[in-house]
Amino acid sequence: MSMDAVFRALADESRRQLLDRLHDKNGQTLGELGEGLAMSRQAVTKHLGLLESANLVATKKRGREKLHFINPVPINDIAERWIGKFERGRLAALSDLKKKLEREEP
Amino acid sequence: MSQYIYVTYIRSTQQKVWDALTKPEFQKTYWFGMHQETDWKPGASWKLMFSDGRVADAGEVVEIDPPRRLVLKWRNEFRPELTAEGYSRCTMELEAEGDLVKLSVTHAIERENSKLIQAVSGGWPRILSSLQSYLETGRAHGDTRSTAEVKK
Repeated sequence: MSMDAVFRALADESRRQLLDRLHDKNGQTLGELGEGLAMSRQAVTKHLGLLESANLVATKKRGREKLHFINPVPINDIAERWIGKFERGRLAALSDLKKKLEREEP
Repeated sequence: MSQYIYVTYIRSTQQKVWDALTKPEFQKTYWFGMHQETDWKPGASWKLMFSDGRVADAGEVVEIDPPRRLVLKWRNEFRPELTAEGYSRCTMELEAEGDLVKLSVTHAIERENSKLIQAVSGGWPRILSSLQSYLETGRAHGDTRSTAEVKK
């Protein structure tokens, strides 16, 4: 599974949106995933195919339906490559601080 | 139902991946320093142990078909709010694809918005990335070698 495929798959707003939707609610059908999106069913199918071949989406059959799941392993591989043991804690602290500051009223 | 599926492709053999998943001496190197205690027979009790000897998770072996499929009944034992959710089901499947092994781990529980499934969804990707690195390069990732991070 190449990292190039993962970056190519992530380099598209529509595909990131599909991953966000799976992150919010895992295990959706194609129909559910497409609901309320400005994307044709064909486009959703194509994007999901690309995400699946990059191993960012895993699927499972349930009867006649195919459920889609976000697979976080390749994203972790990317994090692991550049974020080591010590940075992980510090970055989490920075990220928490950023969230906290952004929530505060001016 | 709350459910996650984790998939990783490892340049190795099914038998080596199976051994790394089921043998304590291998587990300790990439699984946050933890190891499992079980006889690996259907119905046998199963425990995931912290390196200090405390039980992290426990349950039983539901199905075992080496080197292809393993199903565990799995309950958290160290965070009361997670223990209260009861038993989840963890299925590990290994398939050979060319010179790669596709390892799929499905972790599910019959309840919506499970905190257990959310908690393990942070751990599994790191365990599997580290397992892959260990089998392909001989080195696990540094931050999965000790138990410290899990207890936080």
